[in-house]
Amino acid sequence: MNTLIQTEYTLTELQSCVASHILEDNQSVFVGTGCPLVATMLAQRTHAPNILIIFEAGGMGPQVPELPISVGDSRTFYKAIAASSMHDVMSAGQAGYIDYGFLGAAAIDAYGNLNTTVIGDWKTPKVRLPGSGGANDVGSFCWRTIYNLRNQSKRTFVKELDFITTPGWLDGPGKREEAGLPAGCGPYRVITQLGVYGFDEATKRLKLISIHPGVTVDEIQDNSDFEILFPEVVPVTKTPTEEERRILRGIDPTGMVIDK
Amino acid sequence: MTKKIDIVAEGEGELLGWHDPDENRSWVRENKPRGLIDKQMSVKDAVDKFVKDGDYLAFGGFGHIRVPMALVYEIIRQGRRNLEIAGKTAVHDIDILIGAGCVSKVECAYAFGHELRGLSNAGRRAVESGSVEVVAEISNAGYQWRFLAGMMGIPFIPVRNMMGTDTFTKSSAKQITDPWSGKTVTLLPAAYPDVALFHVPRCDKYGNARIDGIIVEDFELARAARRVIITTEEIVDEEETRRNPRNTVIPFYVVDAVCEVPFGAHPTEMPYQYFFDEQHIHAWLSSSKTKEGTQEYLDKYVFGVKDFDEYLEKIGGLRMLNQLKKVEQLRMPMGDVQPNQVDKE
Repeated sequence: MNTLIQTEYTLTELQSCVASHILEDNQSVFVGTGCPLVATMLAQRTHAPNILIIFEAGGMGPQVPELPISVGDSRTFYKAIAASSMHDVMSAGQAGYIDYGFLGAAAIDAYGNLNTTVIGDWKTPKVRLPGSGGANDVGSFCWRTIYNLRNQSKRTFVKELDFITTPGWLDGPGKREEAGLPAGCGPYRVITQLGVYGFDEATKRLKLISIHPGVTVDEIQDNSDFEILFPEVVPVTKTPTEEERRILRGIDPTGMVIDK
Repeated sequence: MTKKIDIVAEGEGELLGWHDPDENRSWVRENKPRGLIDKQMSVKDAVDKFVKDGDYLAFGGFGHIRVPMALVYEIIRQGRRNLEIAGKTAVHDIDILIGAGCVSKVECAYAFGHELRGLSNAGRRAVESGSVEVVAEISNAGYQWRFLAGMMGIPFIPVRNMMGTDTFTKSSAKQITDPWSGKTVTLLPAAYPDVALFHVPRCDKYGNARIDGIIVEDFELARAARRVIITTEEIVDEEETRRNPRNTVIPFYVVDAVCEVPFGAHPTEMPYQYFFDEQHIHAWLSSSKTKEGTQEYLDKYVFGVKDFDEYLEKIGGLRMLNQLKKVEQLRMPMGDVQPNQVDKE
């Protein structure tokens, strides 16, 4: 469902700008291809010139010449500080060196747990999805994880996931640590086509932060099967500036990512 | 007094590729020669000699990067069956092997998808219809740490991921309480693939192999696997190995076969040498939408050619390969690659 009103910018441009504003300079970011990388490069070209980009297959600190197609292709270690290994990157994450991580998913629950493995039963799935990949690792190790989800609906924002591939806050405060996951980290922001969310401090349940221009508060709840928490005042998401859109065009001149 | 460490939780996934560490040490002692032996052979002979029905295989590279495709096609051509595949971001390799009916089991970190290119048709169809079984889940970090434990000769390795999720519940891992910190840790069992297959830019005739760019998990995987087959863009002189010994990623004593196969990763990317052949990858993605299309693709590109050189002619020959070189080296935009004229016949 596309509830965005007619805008000058695309959904990916909006999501990239929102994600970019979350990132800070002199911090490390575990990125995938597509929107997460575009957002990180935008941050690098605006307020965070010293941001450290890390790819799971071993690319560290590249000066990306054009958008990579795969998280392992040679653009991910072009003029990099290291072309390393997955063991090196994942160990860095486990040891606490990675500040931000990006994830997408087929479905999410109220605590930010994610499913990218199966729809239906695991043994006899209705739809077989790719599986964890590095998602479980990003969700386990990065200090703060940001989700980019393009299709918020009752089908994707579900009360109970068919399969928990990646840990969010599991089922409440302290549950990650109880399970044995590294302390003090977890999902931080969720960006959809309708709004931006964080997690309520007391319950670790999804809580709205802002709604995108043209979206109504009703649409937020109407497009979720679980109850979403609301702040007293709901601000409108800051939209991409002319300057940001110009930089995004420079990052992705063919529109491979940002035109979506 | 004996103290016991309690198992907190156990995954229900099937354990693939594990051996008792002493059994594996003995196997290594008996079967892996430590002398410098010329291991050059053809792709046909390497697959014939080292890949058996029912083997547990892992492919080097990552996704569509540096995948030993000449070996993948030869495995299909020789009709191997009931293979068990490490889905360690296995994308193009596993999809074609599944489409060709070679695979029965998968342990899945990432498979059945083609990253930004979409979901895989053949792989999904097989899992959803039950002809291929996913026997265990794991994560990417988890899989390469299984190989790390294998190469270290230890039975398992403690890690801090997968807890609290179904990725753990459906894995072959266990959880215990760490006797030092008192925290729950995940124990990943070592994995020793029967055969690991790699494509590298340079290797000498003994098997000392180099990799340009990211290594992914090839360092660990090559040392954990029982048999290792390497295809290489070129065979280099031993002197070349000895000139910069720091650059040896895979040492000869873990390698069983060395095959010289220029462009052996096509249609996947070979870093610094040639780019993805997007047209060919999309030809597979669209052919594999149906069983009939899958068979047509295999008849044309695998069974309809006698070897990899003939395949390279079919995908557009040097004209196509030279364009892919230019794109990889940022001398030509990827959108400018001309269609394969040979393929149109």
